[in-house]
Amino acid sequence: MTTHVLSDTGALTHRSLRHILRSPDTIITTAVTPVALMLLFVFVLGGAITTGSDESYVNYLLPGILLITIASGIAYTAYRLFLDLQSGIAERFQSMPIARSSVLWAHVFTSLVANLVSVTVVMGVALLLGFRSGASVAAWLAVAGILILFTLALTWIAVIAGLSARSIDGASAFSYPLIFLPFISSAFVPTDSMPAPVAWFAENQPVTSIVDTIRALFAQQPVGGSIWVALAWLVGILVVAYVFAILAYRRRLR
Amino acid sequence: MSAATAAVPASAPGATAEPAIRVQGITKSFKDVHVLRGVDFEVAPGTVFALLGSNGAGKTTLVRILSTLLAPDAGTATVHGFDVIGDAARVRESISLTGQFAAVDDVLTGRENLQLVARLRHLHSPGRIADDLLARFSLTEAGHRRAATYSGGMRRRLDIAMSLIGEPPVIVLDEPTTGLDPQARIDVWSTIESLAESGTTVLLTTQYLDEAEQLADRIAILHEGTIIQNGTLAELKKLLPAATVEYVEKQPSLQDVFLALVAGRGGQ
Repeated sequence: MTTHVLSDTGALTHRSLRHILRSPDTIITTAVTPVALMLLFVFVLGGAITTGSDESYVNYLLPGILLITIASGIAYTAYRLFLDLQSGIAERFQSMPIARSSVLWAHVFTSLVANLVSVTVVMGVALLLGFRSGASVAAWLAVAGILILFTLALTWIAVIAGLSARSIDGASAFSYPLIFLPFISSAFVPTDSMPAPVAWFAENQPVTSIVDTIRALFAQQPVGGSIWVALAWLVGILVVAYVFAILAYRRRLR
Repeated sequence: MSAATAAVPASAPGATAEPAIRVQGITKSFKDVHVLRGVDFEVAPGTVFALLGSNGAGKTTLVRILSTLLAPDAGTATVHGFDVIGDAARVRESISLTGQFAAVDDVLTGRENLQLVARLRHLHSPGRIADDLLARFSLTEAGHRRAATYSGGMRRRLDIAMSLIGEPPVIVLDEPTTGLDPQARIDVWSTIESLAESGTTVLLTTQYLDEAEQLADRIAILHEGTIIQNGTLAELKKLLPAATVEYVEKQPSLQDVFLALVAGRGGQ
């Protein structure tokens, strides 16, 4: 069976990418909210925000916006997985001689592709708004790597949601707190402007270290310790979410 | 009621003496609901076996156990000689399931659905397989349309076509004609008949007596979680308890009228 993992995952990924191609609105919707937020903050609120650096505000803001893009994009992964289970097509796949994990991996890869496209769209809008970076190829690759890790970690959380939800709304509602998390972080305003307890939370939640790392990479500044904190969070969330997703999948199968 | 055959070791897959499906003492409960309370039956290779029962009798639960989607609480079941628990992977190679609710991918076209299944069964030239099946099930013209646009009968034909890919020796049709119009039902029936002629073992679940009567070599009645009767149509006709007569209705005669009228107008 294991020899088929790759070809089965490939066939199923091909299938769900087709779903996305035939309803590209999922990618547009994913990108619309972050773009709107970006416009709002750059043109309305940004003027009143002191970031404490000479970077333009769109440069300051973009890392957080990219994370919000991914956090809203993975809701569709939970949604698609839920629909597969609901419609009975997942049972058809599971009653066939395929590698069982390929059903989940196909959704994970699809999520990765869809989110990278959405992120690229948002990035394009940011460029129009004046985002500039002189980052090296290595720094860009590091940013891409962090965003991919972030997508994977959140996607496995989405898989848990998709597997255990009882309704369509439940399948996507879990993403709201994730979308909200960047607001209580260093993504939009420096954390030292917040009241002490909020600032403490903001400084110790995963988004801040990830945002700080990406921001430093774009700005060609030393990333310092934040990259290790960010990686520890990302890998930690990824592993825990993966384990729980597999457990949820097993429970669902039998 | 189960045939008193001596326990044949499961290591003789596909041997003619071996039943295509053997179910022994299967029980399954969901919380306090005892859906299956000890089910026993055997299906001989190359025959059509109908499992008859009203809604909630446990037919679908049994089908899910046989297709390795659900584990029984107790008892054993083999498909094509393979144990559904111990050798689930081989069972999945031997059996194909068409769901009660026709699980086809609505977003994909008919042809893409077939190709996907061919790929997942690791067959060569999925495109050719898809085209052959589209032709065989009169779906060639619809093959490039999304399955969401299909009528109930077309969906069911596509569903059955999908389960034929890879020529599994055992096919389970879980209420294949529920919700279909009379003409579509007859189309599905003729498909099942030709399957049986080709030597495929068919396990058919249905709540329609006439369907079992038309198609099955052997009929078992599942009631309240156990098989209460199991025999050929002739055997059952002498036994059929009055309580199940309610299913017969007057449909056949009206159906004859309907079909005669529709056929007279050359509709398809």
